[in-house]
Amino acid sequence: MGQHSWRYCATFATALTLGWAGSLDAAQRGGGGGRAPAFEDTPEILTEPVEGFIKLPEGLYFGEGIGVAENSQGHVFVYTRSGDTRLFEFDEDGDYVREIGAGLYGFEFAHKVRVDKEDNIWVVDEGANQVVKFNPDGRVTMVLGYRPPAVDGALAPEPGDHWGRSGRPGANEPYLFARPTDVTWDTEGNIFVSDGYFNHRVVKYSPDGRFMGQVGSGDAGDAPDQFSTPHTIASDDSGRIYVGDRGNRRVKVYSSDLELLDMYEQTGAPWEICISEGEHQYLFVSNSNSDSNPAASWNTSGEVYKMELDGTVIGRFGEAGKDPGDFQTIHGMSCRNPNEIITAEISAWRVQKIRVASMPVF
Amino acid sequence: MKHSMQLLLVVAGFVAAGAIPAQAQRIPQIPYQAVDALSDFPNDIHMGEAAGVARNSDGEIFVYTRTGNPTISLGTSRYVSHGGARIFHFDEDGEYEGEIGQETYGALYAQQLRISADDHIWAIDQMSGQVVRYDPDGQIVMVMSRKPETMRLPQTPGQPGSGEGREGESFSGPTDITWDSQGNFYVADGIRNARIAKYSADGTWVMNWGSRGTGAGEFDVIQGIAIDNQDNLYVADYNNERIQVFDTRGNFRREMSGFGAPMAICITPGPNQVMYVSNSNPPDNLDVAGEIYKVELDGTIVGQFGTAGKQIGQFGTVNAIDCQEENDLLVGELGNWRVQRVTLQPI
Repeated sequence: MGQHSWRYCATFATALTLGWAGSLDAAQRGGGGGRAPAFEDTPEILTEPVEGFIKLPEGLYFGEGIGVAENSQGHVFVYTRSGDTRLFEFDEDGDYVREIGAGLYGFEFAHKVRVDKEDNIWVVDEGANQVVKFNPDGRVTMVLGYRPPAVDGALAPEPGDHWGRSGRPGANEPYLFARPTDVTWDTEGNIFVSDGYFNHRVVKYSPDGRFMGQVGSGDAGDAPDQFSTPHTIASDDSGRIYVGDRGNRRVKVYSSDLELLDMYEQTGAPWEICISEGEHQYLFVSNSNSDSNPAASWNTSGEVYKMELDGTVIGRFGEAGKDPGDFQTIHGMSCRNPNEIITAEISAWRVQKIRVASMPVF
Repeated sequence: MKHSMQLLLVVAGFVAAGAIPAQAQRIPQIPYQAVDALSDFPNDIHMGEAAGVARNSDGEIFVYTRTGNPTISLGTSRYVSHGGARIFHFDEDGEYEGEIGQETYGALYAQQLRISADDHIWAIDQMSGQVVRYDPDGQIVMVMSRKPETMRLPQTPGQPGSGEGREGESFSGPTDITWDSQGNFYVADGIRNARIAKYSADGTWVMNWGSRGTGAGEFDVIQGIAIDNQDNLYVADYNNERIQVFDTRGNFRREMSGFGAPMAICITPGPNQVMYVSNSNPPDNLDVAGEIYKVELDGTIVGQFGTAGKQIGQFGTVNAIDCQEENDLLVGELGNWRVQRVTLQPI
């Protein structure tokens, strides 16, 4: 029952015949032009979904699957837009453990959860404009950013809005975010926040939360040091920072001093990236299909790429779809184990564990 | 059950003084220790912005915090507001005891909390514009001002007061409360109005004073008020970066400055009173201000301690200080969602 065999994704052949590059809408293409993702030339990696992995208690439901991360014990943390934005923990078998941060002031509209090397749990909330660090016990130990005061209502941005009360502070604010998207750390514990939707920048903080620098002009753009919605960020064991520059359809690689080292442009719009653990680390990049499910998007996006850290594409897996093993707008991805990816999908309100073959078929 | 406090004590140690503002170079640094003051929360209880914190006569701690999500919903096509602020209760060691005022009508956006001599707990809410008084059992015994039926956001000056405020109640952005020796109380109607409103002990309005401006008796955002044993009333005139001193009829006496923009103020009890004044960093900047001053009531600055930051022993936008004990303070922070217990070394 429920056994899925390793399989090919036949839809890709169809995609080729549709001339997929021409069907991308402007938003998906961003400033990057019509560069072709690599998938027609990319060998496929076989996958198998682990059906029923996450076991929700009766009466508990996921909303949009926004963030997913594992700690060193394999526990799975899911940050979801349910009736309220909530954070749940499951064990390595997918059994429910607990809810973290119930009713928290920093929970308004989920965007990402990540776990650092010390098993602290970090959430990025684009409704509260905050990044919140929980210790492994689930207690708050650091807060970055400042939630727009409720008394100020939902304001349009105003020049000189010193306290950021508009909820849309500018890109020159060292300690305020405007719909931030993700967080990662270098080997020294410095904190990197992709301040994504409005400010198009990556901000660096010391381990105790003090501003150290930033990259990105504040305006969306496709120049080498600009971003167009930096939507996801990750780091490897040498301290390099990888930024998914979604609107520009590229992954940018920075040193921990925010010097641009490299750009990978062959894997579509990076909605989500993650880097596996271990001696040989891999970079996974999700070219997620659009969350509004335009029909053409199913033929042109939805796949995940497995890459070497130097940008060499090893293979791809998955496709847009609603069946188990398909992906409905991956927004969160955990890949501590490169052969067992856990995905959170916006449009399917679910979290899946996917077994991924280590090598593609040829 | 004292594990948290002990652990933090060991970790925190003495905090070295950090960057000192240029104009404050000659002010002595007061050595201090700090620990996270509150512990043993249930799993589903979390601090938000610690807007108000105060101790009662037994040393029990009450915190008014911005937590949960302030919510606007629709009723007969009008915006109706709910939730967003809670009052938590801790014992004298900072262990969680419970909550009062659960889901009350006026708890939207915590601004301050003070405890009067009779151990009544007074919660001031900036968004509902209300002051709600609880007896020591947590029962509501007095309500000041009225929450607008329909919440207009952003709240702006002119609704209802355009600086001075009406006779009576109708607060617009109240920030603090204090009591004189006769039992009269004074509300700082300070953010969108710019007045001090005086009431007799039974809540009857007595008088107003103040208007928006920079002169004597004028205010530009009142963040706090406190009274000394001689019934001098100290008003933290935030944007004017001064504390103005009045008598109980609103007559201007003098002003004090030199400690930045006063946000939280507190006067110690007892015969030899001193004041603590926080020059809080704004929530959007960790690299300016953040220090707390110890000040004689004549305005002489005794010393200062602390800088802005996120670590224990640093401060993130202090909004409240409890100074029941001169060298054992509770400090509530908006930026770091916590209350620290700060032990000062006498100098």
